[in-house]
This record gives sequence, C-alpha cells and structure tokens, in this order.
Amino acid sequence: MPLDVNGTTYETDEEGYLANLSDWAPDVATALAGSDGAELEDGHWEVINFLREYYEEYQIAPAVRVLTKAIGKRLGKDKGNSKYLYELFPYGPAKQACKYAGLPKPTGCV
Amino acid sequence: MSNTKTFVYINRKAPYGTVYALESLEVVLIGAAFEQNVKLIFMDDGVFQLTRGQDPEGIGMKNFSKTYAALGDYDINQIYIDQQSLDDRGLTIDDLQALVYEDEDDDWNEKSSIHLVNREQLSDIIESADVLLNF
Repeated sequence: MPLDVNGTTYETDEEGYLANLSDWAPDVATALAGSDGAELEDGHWEVINFLREYYEEYQIAPAVRVLTKAIGKRLGKDKGNSKYLYELFPYGPAKQACKYAGLPKPTGCV
Repeated sequence: MSNTKTFVYINRKAPYGTVYALESLEVVLIGAAFEQNVKLIFMDDGVFQLTRGQDPEGIGMKNFSKTYAALGDYDINQIYIDQQSLDDRGLTIDDLQALVYEDEDDDWNEKSSIHLVNREQLSDIIESADVLLNF
C-alpha cells in the first residue's frame, strides 16, 4: 500500500513500513503517523531521531529494552521508562517508532 | 539464578559469502532478551567478522560489522578471540574493531569486551557452556 506525501508516492510493505530506508524525510514520518491517526509532537521526534541515529551507527533497530535504557541515558530518567514510551507509542515503542523513523521492523519484539 | 545458563556461540566463518555470521549475530541479539550468560568466540575465519573498515557495498550486502558495536548495549560483553587464528592469518588485535561495554557495577565505566585467548583458555570457555552453538 503506497503512501502519498505532497504528490510523491512511497512504497511501503503490507504493515506500512517504508520499503526504502533512503525515502525517509520528516514529512514522510508525519504522513506515516497520520495513516495511523497519530500526530507527532516533540516527544515523538526525540525518539524518532534517536532511532535514526542508532540505526545509522549500528545498522539495527534497538530492542525495546536497549531503547529504553539509552533514552534514559540521553534524555533523562523521566523519559527512559516503558510507561512514558508506551504513552508516546501505544502500539509498542520499538515497533511504532521504528515505522515512523523509516526503519525496518525490529526483529522479534514490541 | 538457577534459570541462567551459559550460552557459548562459536563463530568460525568469514562474514560474507555464507549467511552464518549474520545469522549468528541475529540469534545472539534476539537471545539477549532472555538475560542469559552469553559468551562469543571468534576463531578460524570467524576473526574476519570483526575486522575494521569493512565495505561490502560492492557485493550488495549490508555492512553488519557495525552491529557488533551494539553488543555492549545488549549486555553481551564476554567476547573471546582466538590468538592462534589471528596469527595464522597475519592479523593482530589492532586489525579488529574495539568492542566495549559500560560496567553497571563500576559507575558505568567503559570497559573492553574483548579478550584474547589461547587454545587452552578456549577449551575452558567451551567446557563452561550449557548450550553450545556453532556457526
């Protein structure tokens, strides 16, 4: 199911993840979130940007446990916990945030 | 702690050309969620998996060598390199990437995960395994 953003069409898989990593741009993230009925605010962008940097450095999307720990270290304890991350991304922080960050679906986790 | 087992993964093959190296890494990362005692051994051509400056773009592969640096985040910090295998291939430890972890019990100080071992030490590590996976 292709995604339309400002007249450009992007290929996605059956769950709505971007087919090509390099297609990502902030307005694509906004559109991906929009197709789930979600609106991205500062808190979301912090996690999305973190994920993109993590992927760039390590070539994987982190497991949710690793993500939680790393977010806590970078953004503070009040954000490095599952409760906060699930409030931002109710479909599962790794899964949903990775989708908006244009990363592949993380292997075997939420 | 009775539910904790020692998992030893032996990596013996060159990183590209077969899928063993990547599969092993993925199993290690997924298995990390179970919080077991994990040890990785790199020997034979497996030592090439950790060499610096890999660029597999020309063969259409993802450069997953960058992913080894994430192992510390997954609390995998017992990584053993067979000295003999390095010697046989004209490599030294400086040809391999540095892998580190932050020690929770020591004020999060960054420490090396890599240990160079001889064959005798290698036998002891393999002997310590409850579960042995050979890639």
